[in-house]
Amino acid sequence: MSGDSAAPEADPRPAPSEQPAPDERTHPEGRRNLEGIRIDPVVEAEHDSRRAVISALVEDEPGVLARVSGLVSRRQFNIESLTVGPTTVDGHSRITMVVEETDPGIDQIEKQMAKLKPVISVGEVSGDAVTAELVLLKVEADDPAAVHAVTEMYDGRTLDAGPRTITVQLTGGESRIDDALDAFRQFGILEIARTGQTALARGDTPTAPGEKPGTAGEPTTHDD
Amino acid sequence: MSDTAAHPREDDPKDSEEPTGGADDGAPGDSDDAPGAGAVSTGAESVVAALEAAGAETAFGVQGGAIMPVYDALYSSSIDHVTMAHEQGAAHAADAYGVVSGEPGLCLATSGPGATNLVTGIADADMDSDAMLALTGQVPTEFVGNDAFQETDTVGVTRPITKHNYFADGADTVGDVVGEAFELSRAGRPGPTLVDLPKDVTQDGTDRTPGPAAPPAGTDPDPNADADAVEAAARAIEDADRPLCLFGGGVIKAEASDAARTFARTYGIPVTTTMPGIGSFPEDDDLCLSWAGMHGTGYANMAITHTDCLIAVGTRFDDRLTGGIDTFAPEAEVVHVDIDPAEISKNVYADHPLIGDAKRVLDQLTAAIRDEPAAEAWRDQCAEWKETYPLTYTTPDDEPLKPQFVVEAFDEATDDDTIVTTGVGQHQMWASQFWTYTEPRTWVSSHGLGTMGYGVPAAVGARVAANNMGETDRDVVCFDGDGSFLMTMQELSVAVREDLDVTIAVLNNEYIGMVRQWQDAFYEGRHMASDYTWMPEFDKLAEAFGALGLRVDDYDEVAPAVEEALDYDGPAVIDFHVDPEENVLPMVPSGGANGKFATAEDQL
Repeated sequence: MSGDSAAPEADPRPAPSEQPAPDERTHPEGRRNLEGIRIDPVVEAEHDSRRAVISALVEDEPGVLARVSGLVSRRQFNIESLTVGPTTVDGHSRITMVVEETDPGIDQIEKQMAKLKPVISVGEVSGDAVTAELVLLKVEADDPAAVHAVTEMYDGRTLDAGPRTITVQLTGGESRIDDALDAFRQFGILEIARTGQTALARGDTPTAPGEKPGTAGEPTTHDD
Repeated sequence: MSDTAAHPREDDPKDSEEPTGGADDGAPGDSDDAPGAGAVSTGAESVVAALEAAGAETAFGVQGGAIMPVYDALYSSSIDHVTMAHEQGAAHAADAYGVVSGEPGLCLATSGPGATNLVTGIADADMDSDAMLALTGQVPTEFVGNDAFQETDTVGVTRPITKHNYFADGADTVGDVVGEAFELSRAGRPGPTLVDLPKDVTQDGTDRTPGPAAPPAGTDPDPNADADAVEAAARAIEDADRPLCLFGGGVIKAEASDAARTFARTYGIPVTTTMPGIGSFPEDDDLCLSWAGMHGTGYANMAITHTDCLIAVGTRFDDRLTGGIDTFAPEAEVVHVDIDPAEISKNVYADHPLIGDAKRVLDQLTAAIRDEPAAEAWRDQCAEWKETYPLTYTTPDDEPLKPQFVVEAFDEATDDDTIVTTGVGQHQMWASQFWTYTEPRTWVSSHGLGTMGYGVPAAVGARVAANNMGETDRDVVCFDGDGSFLMTMQELSVAVREDLDVTIAVLNNEYIGMVRQWQDAFYEGRHMASDYTWMPEFDKLAEAFGALGLRVDDYDEVAPAVEEALDYDGPAVIDFHVDPEENVLPMVPSGGANGKFATAEDQL
């Protein structure tokens, strides 16, 4: 099958097996970390992940939530919560995400979201933003007076009180909600529904970059 | 099939109205006003009018129930249609058409299986940032969500693999949506888009002629990089002792090859490319180190490991290029030019991010640099590495025909403008290593997705593109593996039917060779499911298709067979029975250090 005809003349240059092996070459000392940043190998600095609130203004069109959630799962971003709702501009929605990522990770989330066509603008909400969450929880009604007292203490509202269960609404920032839930645990929490954190920037700062207030009926516009 | 039957074909709807964008003369876009979409009477005609106005010349596709109205409208259109054997072939052909022509490729399929068969080709285009528009039929709107016959949630399925996709929601707007999708595919960083077309939308009446098409707001970014960032990058390049250019596929997509050549030559900076960047810089230039990465040249990998300033243009730092990130260009200040901000510092941190169009930013950099970096010693070092680590192979008398020899024989027998397409695997690596590429858009391959079977349909698309450009004399050579060829060789029927002059060189080692190579290196030689104990006779198969079929076993048969196949006016297949034991070297093991590339199997 082979070898019937003479093979071509040998290449005068060194064959791969004659070339210097890996350990016969020089190699640089430098290194990069997992995020591709050049590092001093002796004092390697890893980025710590942190919690960040990301707010995005999006076109209110079919599939926009699927695009955002698909992006988050596909790129393995760590996400704690995601809320969606209308804004002051007709045809725009706000998506608020709470993520737990390193700084480069947060940067990637923002940049990848910005590439989605329905995303009008996106950015991290600064640390002093106003954040709140709404929680519904159903507890056992063995001691209605005590449940009522705890509800009052955390500025909650009783939405439903039956012979066996009491349903309470709580709102507030993360630590306040956590404290309240700890307090309710003594009664036996049967069910819980949480919206996840939503947020607005404090003062005059727009929540999503470049965001401007609108009036109902205003046409949808891109800001860039 | 439908009660809103399409119009009689004799009724050319374009007779009565304004210029149609060249119904007969093949000169789309020569209308008086902005895009000259002719009068329309259905959603489907609006779709076709939008495509004509956008300049689409050829569509690749497969007919089917839900897309029939669009095909019916194509019947009286200036757009040529190439009927492919399988929708995957249509997507790859459209992709390759786009790579060669520089215009977005266009593919069509029906709903359900038609759409899902496109998926591989769309994902391939997405990974390689190739501009392409896919149009899929869909069941009528009122059936959507009911699991109707041939219904698939195409928008859902293709959401993560398109730049954006659309569900057409009315005959009045569908033409505008298609026009926008076409423009979006080539705006900024290119990529595939898709419009899902429910049959009622395309069948319904409308007299709404599509307006001028533009990409959606905010998707066509500023081509210029920030001037201060350019200045800072220019200073870094001036100060470098060991500067190195890394030109990626973005250089070719941005038509920046000339700017890249000027930049590197003006400042005497050695050049390496990525695989998609092959052809952006001539490989026979003294400055060129060819491509870096897993099977890149030893000298490119030495240079990229030792550079102190990497000027990376239009690349996303794929893991097959970087190897382990910890050892990738570990001492380099990185200047990263890219049109997509999300690629900046995604995998490799950019010390100097330059967000913009490759051509514009290279021109900005060329203008901003005042002094050539003092890199003479570095250039000498790179030249020395070229001497030390040449791409070579041996041809012992007692071993079968070497595949590298076949690639070199074709390169020698063809002109520089020859278009090479490939499947994926060992043959692809040899085709990229042992062919000297000098021009952009001559290397057409599946990089990011690594799609076996890309080669034959890509050759169809590439041939049609070259013919459309009036370059019928250019050769189109497809290097394929036996495994890749078996996946899409049915598209040979298209090449025969359409009388497309392509030459397919099957480097047949009766293995899934790259898997076999990895099994030998990393799985103790256990050839699980990589060893084809029986292969069809590809030369006879080619003859059965109506193509020229040849078989080659020995060195002295190579040149005559290559000549015969290239001279043959029509599709030809040569079944080269090559050494089944030949391995692709050099090789950087997955996640390894580029500078530690293996030049022999025992180093893996």
